[in-house]
Amino acid sequence: MIAAIREAVAERLGSCDGVVALRRRNGGVAPHLFQKGDELAEMELSPRYPLMTVVSRLHKAFPAIRLGVVARGCDERAYVEMAKRNQIDPTRLEIIGFACTAEEAQACYCREPSPKHPVAGTPPAPGPPNPLVAKYDSLPLEERRSFWKKQFSKCIKCYGCRNICPECFCEACAMEDMAWVEPGLLAPPFPTFHLIRAMHMASRCVACRECEHTCPAYIPLTVLYDLMRRDIADLLGYIPGADIEAQQPLSLSLEQAPLKK
Amino acid sequence: MEYQNTLTTCIYCGCGCSMYVETIDGRITGVWPDKTNQISGGRLCIKGWNVTGFVGHPDRLKNPLLRKEGKLVEVTWDEALSQVAEKLSGIKRESGADSIGLMTSAKCTNEENYLMNKFARAVLGTNNIDHCARL
Ligand code: SF4
Ligand code: SF4
Ligand code: SF4
Repeated sequence: MIAAIREAVAERLGSCDGVVALRRRNGGVAPHLFQKGDELAEMELSPRYPLMTVVSRLHKAFPAIRLGVVARGCDERAYVEMAKRNQIDPTRLEIIGFACTAEEAQACYCREPSPKHPVAGTPPAPGPPNPLVAKYDSLPLEERRSFWKKQFSKCIKCYGCRNICPECFCEACAMEDMAWVEPGLLAPPFPTFHLIRAMHMASRCVACRECEHTCPAYIPLTVLYDLMRRDIADLLGYIPGADIEAQQPLSLSLEQAPLKK
Repeated sequence: MEYQNTLTTCIYCGCGCSMYVETIDGRITGVWPDKTNQISGGRLCIKGWNVTGFVGHPDRLKNPLLRKEGKLVEVTWDEALSQVAEKLSGIKRESGADSIGLMTSAKCTNEENYLMNKFARAVLGTNNIDHCARL
């Protein structure tokens, strides 16, 4: 598979100023901007990093460049929501997509494990839903509260979940606002600290699971965001990352986007 | 147009979490946890995520300071190091090596701390060495 992607990257290097992908160097793998003459043999596909954040930073730093990016399904979904919020310029980006493997789709509970037009790989069946969501759903209200209370009491307030999230890009973050989050407390105030981000992920979270993977306290954060995605789908019929033409409902009035329930 | 991720180790404590410092045209634009690292496995604490904060900080000292006539003035590394060597040799000569003590730091790498221990024991000739992580 990687040979086909390397070929597509080499081709794009003819028409773009660079291609964002992963590179292996010094025993580690990190995002890299491949440019003409770079050794494509160093290119890798795993482990995932939020590459659209890299594209966004480069688009902002260099307002005229055209980029390519090697993207998975979740990268493409992140791109869709970032483009809608002016974090990426779609006219200056070409996506070189590839499908994830069936194992990866299962491990990520991924419902959309491929970009729309992959140049490599065969899109596998979607992964199963996260079983923790069903388990959580079966709990009575009081126990749901204590479930999160227990989970969030482990939080070391590293802000990693926010830092790594491709959809968290605000210049001033409410999670650092003393009016909402009293400083100096560990664990951070319950439930504001985590619910701020959960609310802000409404119509934004594209289920890439980066937040959960980087959480040093092993908090099952995507249970919360999966529930948020479900509510937004049920109430407003919106699936973040699915359609670049669909207007995000939180920027519309209730007349333009009436509640479905 | 230059984009780099430089592999490095967090300098805030002894755990040794691994990370990439991201730069665009030489300016730091972020930190990525190193997902391939066995120790930190793509996770960092708040200090790791903000480890580059001091790099461009206005309070950061860019040159050594030497107190001359009661005032701190910027000097070259050569002058600062000669001064330190001269004073330490003088103290050792007059009062013995055990009148000198060294405090090293959790903000240095393991290797730098090792060098400090060698400097204390093999160069100065004292076992008086300690570390801020004991606090
Ligand atoms: S899964 Fe986590 S990191 Fe990914 S978009 Fe949703 S909130 Fe952000
Ligand atoms: S938590 Fe909210 S305010 Fe903070 S960066 Fe994310 S979306 Fe923005
Ligand atoms: S990544 Fe985990 S520990 Fe860090 S702030 Fe987020 S929830 Fe808390």
